[in-house]
Amino acid sequence: MLLNINNLHVSINGKEILKGLNLIVNEGEVHAIMGPNGTGKSTLAAAITGRNGYEITEGEIWFKDELINDMLPNERANKGVFLSFQYPVEIPGVSMTNFMRTALNAKHEFEGLPILTGGEFLKRMEEKKQLVEIQAKLNNRSVNEGFSGGEKKKNEIFQMAMLEPRLAILDETDSGLDIDALKVVAKGVNALRSNNNGFVVITHYQRLLDFIVPDFVHVMYEGRIVKSGGKELALELEEKGYDWLK
Amino acid sequence: MIGKSDMNPSENKYSVLETNLIHSFETSLQRASGEQKSVREARMLAYETFKKTGLPGRKDEKWRNSKFDQVTDQSFELYSSKPGYTHKVSEIFHCSIHGFTTKVESLLNGWYYTPEEIPLNTMDNGVVVGSIQMAQKQYPEVFEQHFGKIAKHNVHGYSLVNTAFFNDGLFIYVPDNVHVEESVQLIKMVNTIEKLMINSRNLVVLGKNSHLSLMHCDDSINHQASMINTVTEIFIGENASLDLYKLQNINNETFLINSTSVNQQRSSRLKVNVITLNGGAIRNELNVDLQGEGAEADLNGIYLMDRKQQVDNQVFVNHAVPNCNSSELFKGVLDDESSAIFNGFVLVNKDAQKTNAFQRNNNILMTSTAKVDTMPFLEIYADDVKCSHGATIGQLDNDAMFYLMQRGICKRDARLLLMYAFAAEVADKIDIRPLRVSIEDMVKKRLRGELSICEKCVLHCSTPDIPMEFEIDMSKI
Repeated sequence: MLLNINNLHVSINGKEILKGLNLIVNEGEVHAIMGPNGTGKSTLAAAITGRNGYEITEGEIWFKDELINDMLPNERANKGVFLSFQYPVEIPGVSMTNFMRTALNAKHEFEGLPILTGGEFLKRMEEKKQLVEIQAKLNNRSVNEGFSGGEKKKNEIFQMAMLEPRLAILDETDSGLDIDALKVVAKGVNALRSNNNGFVVITHYQRLLDFIVPDFVHVMYEGRIVKSGGKELALELEEKGYDWLK
Repeated sequence: MIGKSDMNPSENKYSVLETNLIHSFETSLQRASGEQKSVREARMLAYETFKKTGLPGRKDEKWRNSKFDQVTDQSFELYSSKPGYTHKVSEIFHCSIHGFTTKVESLLNGWYYTPEEIPLNTMDNGVVVGSIQMAQKQYPEVFEQHFGKIAKHNVHGYSLVNTAFFNDGLFIYVPDNVHVEESVQLIKMVNTIEKLMINSRNLVVLGKNSHLSLMHCDDSINHQASMINTVTEIFIGENASLDLYKLQNINNETFLINSTSVNQQRSSRLKVNVITLNGGAIRNELNVDLQGEGAEADLNGIYLMDRKQQVDNQVFVNHAVPNCNSSELFKGVLDDESSAIFNGFVLVNKDAQKTNAFQRNNNILMTSTAKVDTMPFLEIYADDVKCSHGATIGQLDNDAMFYLMQRGICKRDARLLLMYAFAAEVADKIDIRPLRVSIEDMVKKRLRGELSICEKCVLHCSTPDIPMEFEIDMSKI
């Protein structure tokens, strides 16, 4: 079992957003999480990755049989949790190379692997860039600075490819993408799918799920998962909307 | 400014330093005999004005938060005799930035440090570099035209004292159409067992279509507490350009006022980078007078302070004529109980239409005891201008911190990356690549805490991998 969330309650500034959420993700599975705005989808992503200000008041998050409720974001990341941000942060002055190098070094240190040499690292950058069809030179650019919406999302998938996480959460990766960029992003994700890792795909729209075909679809409403099913559930939602589930 | 004469008679008392100065003026003037009449008159006038105004203190708006009030109650030795020239500068001073050679000029205890017989060098291209004292005798017409004429804005007690008491300083004259390839590096050395107040005066004149890059290093100080009061006047002729770098890395006991005034003619360009890495109390004054159309001033600064250090950047830009651009970007990281002051004043006069003036001051406070006073200020009398100003004081961006940590980067490294990135915006503006790389390296070291821990010697790092060595062998002078 990769991820096991049990009766999760999360509050922001004392206001309860998640109200007893359960979710199990196994290796090799893709789970889609859908639902109307403000139901706590992004809060779920923040709670799993350990963002400050998201207080777990009850319940547990288990990752690979380890309780991660109180771990720092970087500890979770090094264990293999990755978040593709809905709004990737621009960090002027920090180059993509420095950023990825530091991140990869941290991961290798954590895993007890030798640190990549400069040459090995750059080779890996080039390889993974191909995967998401990034033509631009990333090396000297600051993280996400001046990137278009599409480039930012591609950059998230690129980072995912570099870090090879066990669990990847894609938070509305499709938002702001045109169909071509969406296909590129989906292609990247599909290339990274394996029996060894799992995905949680948060989205509003069926459209993304045409390209990243999920094994399970869950509907969230008011801080809980109210319905789960196979990929056909997404089509039903597209047709009927969410009202019938409330 | 509150003058001594405005005070109640009972309060009309001079401070220790003021009394000290008043008692020494006659002797000081005698020592400077044989000067140009105009210089002598300037000294007399400055002294008379100083007697009325005294030194500024906390009651003066522009000194309100300044630590310089600690100076006025101290007594300093006001004169040190001209030191003998015992060693070549290259023997006692070493600054190797890879791929960056400079023409090194130095002042020792405020005196131009050179063999007795060559106080003034004239190079093949006509560039003159040397002692300001000698220059006033050999180039009286340049003096008549510029000395005391450029530093006329924001005059205060210390700048008056400088005019009245200065003993020596650096003079640079670049003739028309000369592009000086090699950067000039001015090193200020202080070597004294006495507590010395040093008043040095520099004059830099750039002719039409000329170019100079000047590095002004205030980092070469021994450990005796001193008070360094420097006034630099710079004239940039039509279509000429000056790159000015100020690097400050002085000991924690020293008070430094570095007052630079610039007069810019038509289509001239000025680029300033002030890098402050250490110092007890440093006040950088930058007065830029845009007197010719199409002039551009790009003024940048980084300050990284900790412990009880203070840096004070006072920037004044006078847009006197139309179609000039000025931009100010000052950024600082403040740790421990350190403090910073930024006072940026842009004055756009009535005739200065089509002015572009931008001003930004960003600060990061690392602790709850660090302090920033920032006053970006615009005064606009023209109606067709583009001006903006802004200041921020904050902590590191939480969203960026989380983003970095989500990729597995630990908190300490994430902080370093962000602090460095914050400062790099200014460092990136340094055009000379080897210099930029070295300064970026110093900034990184400073942020990692590797520079500040060198209590004994702020100039020399013990880590073997430093590409920049900067050392003065004090035992030889």
